[in-house]
Amino acid sequence: MNPDRRQFLGWGAAAAAASAALAPGFRLIELAQARSPREAASVLQRWGLLIDITKCADCDACVTACHEENGVTGHGRPETDAQWIRKVNLRDKRTGYAQTLPLMCQHCGHPPCVDVCPTGASFRRDDGIVLVDKHTCIGCRYCVLACPYGARSFVHEAVSGQKADVPRGKGTVESCTLCVHRVDRGETPACVEACNRDGGKAMVFGDLNDASAEIHRRLRSETSSQIRADLALNTGVRYQGL
Amino acid sequence: MASVQYREIEGRSGAYFALLALLGALILAGLGAAWAMEHQGHYITGMSNRIVWGTPHVFAVFLIVAASGALNVASIASVFGRDLYRPLARLSGLLALTLLAGGLAVLVLDLGRPDRLIVAMTHYNFKSIFAWNIFLYTGFFAVVALYLWTLFERRMHGYSKRAGLLAFLWRLVLTTGTGLIFGFLVAREPYHGALLAPLFIVMSFSFGLAIFVLVLMAACRWTGRALGDVVLGRLRTLLGVFVATVLYFVAVHHLTNLYVARQHDVERFFLWEGGIYTALFWLGQILVGGILPLALLFGTASRRATAAAVACVIVGGLAQLYVLIIGGQAYPQLMFPEKEVASPFFDGVVAAYAPSLPEVALGVGGVALALALTAVALKVMPFLPRSLADGDVGSAAA
Amino acid sequence: MMRVAAGIIAALLVLAGFAYAEEKRARRVTVPTVKIEKGEACVAPTAEMRRDHMKMLLHQRDRTLRQGFREPRFSLKNCIECHASRETGSVLGKDGFCSSCHAYAAVSMDCFECHTPQRQARTAARP
Repeated sequence: MNPDRRQFLGWGAAAAAASAALAPGFRLIELAQARSPREAASVLQRWGLLIDITKCADCDACVTACHEENGVTGHGRPETDAQWIRKVNLRDKRTGYAQTLPLMCQHCGHPPCVDVCPTGASFRRDDGIVLVDKHTCIGCRYCVLACPYGARSFVHEAVSGQKADVPRGKGTVESCTLCVHRVDRGETPACVEACNRDGGKAMVFGDLNDASAEIHRRLRSETSSQIRADLALNTGVRYQGL
Repeated sequence: MASVQYREIEGRSGAYFALLALLGALILAGLGAAWAMEHQGHYITGMSNRIVWGTPHVFAVFLIVAASGALNVASIASVFGRDLYRPLARLSGLLALTLLAGGLAVLVLDLGRPDRLIVAMTHYNFKSIFAWNIFLYTGFFAVVALYLWTLFERRMHGYSKRAGLLAFLWRLVLTTGTGLIFGFLVAREPYHGALLAPLFIVMSFSFGLAIFVLVLMAACRWTGRALGDVVLGRLRTLLGVFVATVLYFVAVHHLTNLYVARQHDVERFFLWEGGIYTALFWLGQILVGGILPLALLFGTASRRATAAAVACVIVGGLAQLYVLIIGGQAYPQLMFPEKEVASPFFDGVVAAYAPSLPEVALGVGGVALALALTAVALKVMPFLPRSLADGDVGSAAA
Repeated sequence: MMRVAAGIIAALLVLAGFAYAEEKRARRVTVPTVKIEKGEACVAPTAEMRRDHMKMLLHQRDRTLRQGFREPRFSLKNCIECHASRETGSVLGKDGFCSSCHAYAAVSMDCFECHTPQRQARTAARP
């Protein structure tokens, strides 16, 4: 072989070795479909929601679907019952203009709940989903105080009949998981599915980093906002019409 | 200066055992409450998803803040070399330990998963001020124990200044950390900000010294040991200065807030429209916790006035923490400026809260634990000087 | 010196005797029933599972939760799928696979505070 070809082959081999030598499951190319169960969550993805509250009607399909999917049952005690998502009604103090929107964990890029958790149980997965590791949660409720959106709930009583994909237990803190068990299977969160099926089709779920995803395209071309944008948390949930 | 003689209290009288029995009963009630909360879940308490830290935390934070402040007297003696306070250093160190133990017991027993204490002590997220505090609290025990050892062990007397300095610095960091638990809550109007750290420091001076004086007066009176006016007079003046400083910080805090348009609603809530919280603020924190003690401490120098002043400071301190911790959570979080907010999760409204029996039992149990540990320790080891009469202590100028 | 050594050895023998008596007494406690009603083999050899299942659980739970690995073979759901009792559909209860040994060994387990011990009914094509 002449030296030029040898060199070229050498570079090619080096490049192939380099891409193979990165951590297993770490892809350099965009993830066009749901990742396989044998791969880790990737930092290349950033899951998020876009909610157009002008389409948000008086229904609460998202709330019902979420609590059904995740086995969040009430006990007739609204002050202590867990709520992973809720409809918030707004009325402008001066003009009287009324709106409604669904509010859940905003899956912040810089989550205050993660900062304050003493054991590190509250954490942000590489792909942007903020979760509570119930194995290490000691139930101190500091994250409930820290969340700017009041998104976290403390489980005030014993739980039974949990859904297999959604463990929940007394004495730990929980919040919207962006239906991580569904997302990891390539599906959308239950609230989004219900909204598109029964509601005002106000919610879009997708990968904020994927240029071909609808959510990315809409965020790029339309106006949107974050709740408490002044805190610079870089939320994964964005709203339109606020 | 003649060397001070310390002696254990006798602790054999009926009254002593009655005291221990009473404290023991309160401790048992607290443990029972903790068991019920852990077994059935926190829904049996008055705490909710809006008010997650309730009466137990008021007591726990009070005890922890007072614990750090109780060490003040020892610091003045060992670190700043004031001989007059030297005989009081042992009791000061003891109270620091027992008050902290009581406070931590309440905090741990209130956790949703108190069985995971080992997890809390082995998994640290060092970005969390709470994690730092866990580390600081446990370290405080070691540091104060070390300091006490230098006081008790004759051969270690030479090291008491260094150990005292370490304890002093440690407690400043610890109390700053306790204040910053609240100060670091970026999204809560009543809390976020750096001022809470120095506020907690001066609160610790005030509450800690108040409890110290109360315990000292009670211990000396009930064991028939002399407590002279020189020592007590110094302590009274010191307490008065600390109470005034707390009032100053509170005033600065609120005056600054009143200047900021965005904070007007919060101030209106606490100072005017907050119902129970407003009442506790003005009557509990300012009047009973500030103005009344100042009048009593800088007025007549009688024992009764001193005891009343000290009790007022303690009650006022509890009121202050109730307003801070519970009132601060009751005030709604502002997510949508200029909008009225309503939801099934009690957004936008002042959250309702009433202390429940399990919570009060747990909090009081923690206080009882601290006092019981103190009473037993006084009997077991020589913490208390035999006499603090005017003739037996160093000159007031020292 | 000799007397001290003899005394220590005697004490150790007495303690060993008690331990032996304990073993005899322990048989009055119901030994665990290990009924394996499904599946050809577990995900690892039996001896390894007996010894290390806790370590595997602790390790795997962090891989799943924190990193997002969801290999079906190593999920808790899959363990329960095979090991749940045929009658009750649960790994807890009187002859439950997990609770039977854990009750015998008096080792408390935390898992089912949050995780459901029930085998899931087969729905359409869920991994």
